[in-house]
Parts: sequence; C-alpha cells; structure tokens
Amino acid sequence: MIGRAVRNGLAAAAFAAVTAVAVWPALAGDVPLPSPAKGKGEACVADTAFMRRNHMSMLVHQRDATMHEGIRTQQYSLKECISCHAVEGADAKPVSIESPDHFCRSCHDYAAVTIDCFDCHTSTPGGADKAAEADGAGADAVAQLSDYAKGLDR
Amino acid sequence: MARIVYQEMKQPRAFFYGLVSLHAAVIAVGLAAAYYMEHNGHVVTGMNNQIVWGLPHVFAVFLIVAASGALNVASISSVFQKLDYKPFARLSGLLAVSLLIGGLAVLVLDLGRPDRLIVAMTTYNFKSIFAWNIYLYTGFVVIVAAYLWTMMDRSAAAYNKPVAFLAFLWRLILTTGTGSIFGFLVAREAYAAAIMAPLFIAASFAYGLAFTILALITMCRSMESMLMTDEVVYKFRSLMILFILAVLYFTAVQHLANMYWAKHQGVERFLLLEGGVYTAVFWIGQILIGSIAPMAVLAYGPMATTRWGITLASLLVLVGGIAHMYTIIIAGQAYPLNLFPGMEVSSSFGDGQVTHYMPSIPEFLLGVSGISIAMLLAAVAILFLRFLPKPETVVPNA
Amino acid sequence: MTIDPKIAPAVAGEEGVGRRDFLRAVAGFAGVTLAPGVMLYSYGAAARPLDEAVSGKVRWGMLVDVSRCQSDCDACVSACFKENGLSAVERPTTDAQWIRKVDIRDPQTGVTRSLPVMCQHCAEPPCVDVCPTGASFKRADGIVLVDKHICIGCRYCMMACPYKARSFVHETHTDQVEAAPRGKGTVEGCTMCVTRVDAGNVPACVEACATTGNGAIIFGDLNDPASEIAQRIRTYATSQIRSDLGVDPGVHYQNL
Repeated sequence: MIGRAVRNGLAAAAFAAVTAVAVWPALAGDVPLPSPAKGKGEACVADTAFMRRNHMSMLVHQRDATMHEGIRTQQYSLKECISCHAVEGADAKPVSIESPDHFCRSCHDYAAVTIDCFDCHTSTPGGADKAAEADGAGADAVAQLSDYAKGLDR
Repeated sequence: MARIVYQEMKQPRAFFYGLVSLHAAVIAVGLAAAYYMEHNGHVVTGMNNQIVWGLPHVFAVFLIVAASGALNVASISSVFQKLDYKPFARLSGLLAVSLLIGGLAVLVLDLGRPDRLIVAMTTYNFKSIFAWNIYLYTGFVVIVAAYLWTMMDRSAAAYNKPVAFLAFLWRLILTTGTGSIFGFLVAREAYAAAIMAPLFIAASFAYGLAFTILALITMCRSMESMLMTDEVVYKFRSLMILFILAVLYFTAVQHLANMYWAKHQGVERFLLLEGGVYTAVFWIGQILIGSIAPMAVLAYGPMATTRWGITLASLLVLVGGIAHMYTIIIAGQAYPLNLFPGMEVSSSFGDGQVTHYMPSIPEFLLGVSGISIAMLLAAVAILFLRFLPKPETVVPNA
Repeated sequence: MTIDPKIAPAVAGEEGVGRRDFLRAVAGFAGVTLAPGVMLYSYGAAARPLDEAVSGKVRWGMLVDVSRCQSDCDACVSACFKENGLSAVERPTTDAQWIRKVDIRDPQTGVTRSLPVMCQHCAEPPCVDVCPTGASFKRADGIVLVDKHICIGCRYCMMACPYKARSFVHETHTDQVEAAPRGKGTVEGCTMCVTRVDAGNVPACVEACATTGNGAIIFGDLNDPASEIAQRIRTYATSQIRSDLGVDPGVHYQNL
C-alpha cells in the first residue's frame, strides 16, 4: 500500500538524520579549548569563574536598565566589555566579530552558543567609523561641555 | 435519524497522494523562500518602509479569518442543533485548526526576527490587540482541539455542549480581534473603524465555508464516494449566498460611511476610482469574482444546485477573499498618510505619494505555502483519524 | 557622541567634586570660541547622574520654528545620518530615514513651507499601544524608543504611527556606530539622540540646525516652566502635527 510505504520511508529518513547528527561530533575529533585574549587593565569587573557563568545575566540586567531607565553606569556596560576585551588584528586595529579571534567569538564558537548582540551593536571599540575620529574628539567634547554649562547658568 | 459513523480516509486514490505531494512541495519551496527572505532581509521582498505588510500578510490574515469561519459547520450542528451538518462537524473543526496554523506559520515566518518567537510568547504588552490575538489564537487551537475530542471520544461527549458553545464564542472574539488589528489603527484612513470587526466576521463565514466545501469535494474525489447528499449541497448553497451578501453589506456600509466624511473622501476616491491596480483588485477581484460571480453561479444557470456549482462558487469566493485582503492590507497602506490635511506635500520618504507595491516571488511563495501547510495538516489528520462521515450514514432520516 | 570620560571625569557624577564649578571653568575658556547660535541651547535642569533612572518630572521635547527652516537646507537630516550611522545604501524605498524634510504647499494660497519631521515622541504613542511585546516603549522622560532586544520585527508600530516616523531595517548592516545599535529585522526610529541627552547634550539635529543650519530647532524640558522651550510655547502660538489625534506629540512647530 502506498500509505504504508510513505510512512516507512519517512521513518527511515528521520532515523538516518538523527543518527548522523548524533555521531558527527565524535567523528570530528576533539576541538581545542578556546584561549580568549586577556583583557586590558588589572582585573575584570568580577572574577573569571563568575564572569564565565554569569556574564550574560549581567549584560541583560544592564541592557534593561540602560534601555528603559537610562542608567548609563560604565562598569557593566557592553561598551566597556568591548573596549577592554578588544583583540588587535594584524593591522593593529581591533578585530570585529567577523574574526574568529574576537574575544566573544573565541568562546562562543567553541560552546556553539549563538549570540545576536552584534547583529545590532558594533563589535569594536567606538564603533565602525569612530576609530579614525578618536583624535579629534577632545575639541568636540569641550564644546559640548561648554554648551552644557551655559545651560546650567540659566 | 441514523447513527453517524465516522471513518479514516480509506484506500485513498492516487489523486489524494498527488495532492499531498503537491502541498508538501509547495511547503518546501515556501520554507526555502522564508529562509531566503530571512537571510537577506526584507530588502529582497517588495515590502518597504511604506508598504510594511505585504503579500505574506494578505495570505496570513486570509487564512486566519478563514480558520475561524471554518468552524461554522461544527458550530451550526452543535450550538444551533442543525443535525444535517453533524456529519461534517469533525472535518470543520479540523480545518479550523489547520487553517489557523497555516496562517500563523506565514505570519511568523515573515517577522523580521522569527528566531525571537519565544519573545512574542513570553513578553506581552496587554494594551496591544496583537498581544491579545496571540492568546486568542493559541486559545482557539486548544479549545477546538478539546471540542474535537468531545466529538470523537464517547467518554468526553458529556462536555460537548459547553465546549461547543465556548468554541463558538471564542471564534467570534478571535475574528473581532483580527479585524481590530486594522480597526484600531488611528491614523490609517482606509480602515480606522469599528466596522472592521463585523466585516471580518462576515468574511470569515464565507471563506471558512468555502474551504470546508472544497475539502469535502476533494475528499469525495479522493475516496470515490459521496460524502454529501444533494440536500446538504443545497443547504451549503443557501448559506454561501447569505454569507457573500453579508460581506457585501458590511463592505458597502464601510465605504459609504467613509464617503460621507469629507476628510476621508480622498482615500475613498483612491480605493474606488483612481487607485489603478488597487481599484481593479477591489472591483474585479473582490466584487466581481469574489461576490457577484459566485452568487450568479449559485442563483442562476444550470449548475446552481449542483456539486460543480458549489465547487466553482467556493473557488471564486476564495479568490475574491484574497483580493479583499489585498484591498484592505495593501491598498490601505498604499494611500499616503495625511500628516498635513489640506496641503500638498512631498519628501524623500514618500509623503503625499501613492506607493507602488510589486510583490516579489519569494513572498508570494511564502504566502501560498500557508494554504499548503493548512491542507497538508488536514490531509494527514484525515488519513489517520476518523474525521469523515461514512457515506451510507449521511442521509438524514434514512 | 558622548562626552569623553578622560576629558570630563567629573561628569560621571560619582566623584563628588563640584561638577558645576568644573563645567563653568571649561565654559569660561571654551565659550569664546563658539558661534553665537550655539549659546541658544537651553538645557534647563542639571544632568542626571549616570546611575540614576530617568524621571517623569522631565519631558523632553523640541520646538521647530518653521519660518526659519529653509527648503534647501538639510543640516538636521545629514547630522542625524552621521550621528546614528544611517549609511544610505541608495535604496530609497527601504533605506532608513529617522528624520526627513517635508515640503508643504497650501493649494489655495500657494504658500510653501519646509520642515523636518521625525518621531514626534508622543505622550500617547500609538506605536507603544500596538506593540505586542512592549519593545516599543516610552521612557519616563517622554522619549519614545524601540527596545531592539525584544523587537520581533512585526512592523505593527509602523502601521500605527501617524507620522511615518519609523523605518524597518531591511538588510544586514555592519557599520553601526557605538551610540546607535541597529540591525536587520527590527524597527527603528528617532531616539532623540538618547545617549547624547543622557550625557547632557542636545540631539544632533538640534546642534546641526544651530551651527550649520538656520537655528530653527530648540530642545528642552517641556515640563520646566523656566526652560526656553516651555517659555516659547507659552508665548507664541505653536502647533503639533495631527493634534486632532490627541496623541500629544513632544515635537511642537511654530509658524506652521
């Protein structure tokens, strides 16, 4: 009967697919442990073991506080993470998430955990176009401060 | 009246497997199209910052509206005690669930971030009619599943009446919610009106019945047996004429009210007279093909009370339904938002301009695959569970 | 851009040194170099410390003097594009436009006007009402934003917005600036340059209008009776776009 044949065919295909997925990693052999680059400065905002387990919760907490309440303390901000953990590439510029050497990617590739942070956020300090402008920022900031102070005087 | 006995699809002909294969193929292509759109972004579709909801939404809303209407036959038999419809109640409930799932699949696959479906299911803004609809849709599936259970399992039969009533109430609320997705949009002149809810309910009656009839006709061909008596065909015919008239009535009131308001005369002139392709879709698609032609087929001519007649009319109603949704969703967005009443406006962002929408092939394929998802789900269920009446028992008072 | 912490550590608000004194000192030596227009900025209240949540006592808004806005000037638009990294990919129907110049003409009198239209930061925003996940939200200080972390890309807010103020990100971008994260599949719109505002600055469009434009836009706290914006709205007849809808936009227009 056609129905029986179709059903058996489907079952066989499903079994084959599941088996292939389960067996594949074993065939591929051991993947070397990641060795993410050391961050700048003395220490991270918390010790390494804690960060490994909890960085995602800290980021989510800070994300909601910043997004909805405008709390912009720097210590736990993604911006600071990116800045401190920037890894320089061959051209002496920080690599983006495109590179497997990127701090976040080096572990996430290994753990096979997909993150979508960098679908929107820039993965390099200062953003894509800011690196070149960094030197000129001083004068701008002074002007901004001046405007701000003028406001205070009113 | 004879006891109604139900059966699985017995010894389906190649025709049935042909249809199943066709739907499976369309689904595969539709999923590939969704992946393509997702991978590249909506830039590969015809949608843009002016027409933000495109062909996938036309099909999705059409299917969701049809889903609640597909429950009609079951409701008529259980809630309103019309036993002539009882043999088809199970199929009607099955189609309601499968059409809804087909529509929702398209809606979800067209999201900018379908990977975040879990967010949509866990984070709610209860002021949003969209958020309400998520509950209405999932609730509908659960309630209709329970309804089917009370129909199919003797031990649950005692609950049949209350569950049937709940399902009927729920489907009315659900379609009210679907219509209100558009009715609650304060600034869109084409549809910011409470009448969208009853209009969608009337439309659901027509589309749902059309799907039910076509499914029954297809099953007849698949099993080479008569599932419908002439008397049932005649009843379906009367219902269909009534439902088409109801949609026409609400459509007429909607446009009349808009025409009466000076500030909405612009959008009415666009929709009914000067909208080019949109005007054509309304008059030729919704009115001529979707309303007048099926009524003419069912009221006059040689096919009026035949299976061929009701089949043709159902197909026309569904084509007209797509046109109806196209008019509401696409034409409603194509007409520019009126930021400065009475002024001529122009900008780099399409202010004051009618937007041209050219659907791309992937979004069409995704939309069509919703119909196939619904049909394949129903076909698989019919193959293994007892949804269809046994022909010799359908004749009432036999 | 935000204030560089290396230059102004006091702005961080945690040091406890006299912030105002420091800033006045900076203004003292820098003020002379600024164009007169820049002095118009009225910020109203002292900036919030970084660790303090935004307050409902403030309602940020803008006032556009349409009589000063010129049709051939797009200083606000280009400043917005630059500030938020909205690189145009030359696809006019799908490229994001957080702010646009609209030219209007009265067919009866032939009078023409030109004005910028952006998110109007409504007090009763329809986009917030319709958003199923709450991604579209209004901050306590009146700034309407999209939380792209929970935006599913359904575009219902774009259907609901009376001002066409939102854009959908139609394709992958990799050139985001730090202050304006944006990515494929989510909806976005004017943020009133929220990071600048939080750092005590005015939005980029306002700054550009004052420096390279015609000084048509002012920014400030609508709730502070002493702010320039509140005083001007009290003094002159101003209007809001589609005020008939009752959504109470935070962007007001003068001489429209």
